[in-house]
Amino acid sequence: MKTLPETSAKCELSFTVNGDAQKVFAHPMERLLDVLRNDLKLTGTKEGCGEGECGSCSVLLDGMLVNSCLVPVAQASGANIVTIEGMSAHALMAPLQEAFLECGGAQCGICTPGMILAAVHLLEKKPEPAIADIREGLAGNLCRCTGYMQIFEAVARAARRRVPA
Amino acid sequence: MRADPAEYRLVSPGSLDAVLLLMAGEPAQWLPIAGGTDVMVLYSAGKLPSRKLINIWNIPELQQIEVFPDSIRIGAACTYTALRNHETVSREFPLLVTAASWTGGIANQNRGTLGGNIANASPAADSLPALLVYGAELTLVSVRGERRVDYRNFHTGYKQTVLAADELIRDISLPRRFSGYLSHARKAGARNAQAISKVCLAALGQMANGAIRDVRLAMGSVAPVPLRLAETERLLAGKHIEPSLIATVKKSVPWEISPIDDIRSTARCRAAVAGNLVAEFLEMLASERTNA
Repeated sequence: MKTLPETSAKCELSFTVNGDAQKVFAHPMERLLDVLRNDLKLTGTKEGCGEGECGSCSVLLDGMLVNSCLVPVAQASGANIVTIEGMSAHALMAPLQEAFLECGGAQCGICTPGMILAAVHLLEKKPEPAIADIREGLAGNLCRCTGYMQIFEAVARAARRRVPA
Repeated sequence: MRADPAEYRLVSPGSLDAVLLLMAGEPAQWLPIAGGTDVMVLYSAGKLPSRKLINIWNIPELQQIEVFPDSIRIGAACTYTALRNHETVSREFPLLVTAASWTGGIANQNRGTLGGNIANASPAADSLPALLVYGAELTLVSVRGERRVDYRNFHTGYKQTVLAADELIRDISLPRRFSGYLSHARKAGARNAQAISKVCLAALGQMANGAIRDVRLAMGSVAPVPLRLAETERLLAGKHIEPSLIATVKKSVPWEISPIDDIRSTARCRAAVAGNLVAEFLEMLASERTNA
């Protein structure tokens, strides 16, 4: 791991975001969420609670679903980061978008980027999830509009479409 | 008040030795941060006591799970996801895996670590009762050397531990001798996912000749520390599980714990639920005997 300077001064950090190499100049304890939104202008990642409860700020960090509000940016040094903006080319994106639309899985939309990333993280590991898997995979993502059932149904429908019976 | 990142330092020495050297140079000055699921919450709220943080995420020596013939050694920075995915841990330590599945959502399980849960020392942590009943031993390291501590003696009071200012938890060792036991983990919380427990139980038990041969019970959220129910265990050893024994346990458990009123529950409710959870386990253990 790269050794960072022992000061609270800003330092240069490099990582890959949505396939592009990025360099940012940031304080090591800045939240990855803030660097993504403010420095890289990737505002698809939302801030909900800011304390790791709601999942609105979910991103994939080296393939792992994380709450970007709980990641100091220095810990993302050298990492491969995927945000909702980077999902457009993903094979799961079209079936998930269609299913969310059809099932009413998105209303106000604030939780949606996190829901989509949590769903992708789940479906990449379990292409044919049981409803219990979907509930567990999305348990860290809160939604104040839908009551969740539409979202669970959307993820189940996207999985069925992707894996024909 | 939100924290200003310019006021905080975060260094990444990269190896365990370098981390320990830095901590030894200025004891109690440096706060280790692994997955950040506890530290970053306090930081963001402006409540972090330390301004100097030391990065222990991605240090390979702290992330290994090693399986030996008689024990398993879990690196302190192993995540809950790593525990859930590990074959031997899943097969032989189901209480730990169940507790890992209770701890936050998937995103927090991908970052939260077992060592972090121990060092954070919350009496409400779900994985800590499991470590108590499995007879965990911790290896604490500093530049002065290493020492092994029985996990039962690690917590000394509310959020107080025996960890010295220059020490880190390096690993958690569990003896591999509980596969023949009935294991039972139960959590009472407001909802299944992402809720801190009102009361949680980790229990192991084994019957012989119709009587309790061995029983190990620990609870969270019922005392200033994660608590092993030593008195109730003594009371149960060698006994046949009869309705009168269960009635006695429902009295002994509330006597042995020291629950409080807080935002999640009341002392009275916790005492009743704690007794009921142990009673439920004994009923399971009794039916195990008739099935065997």
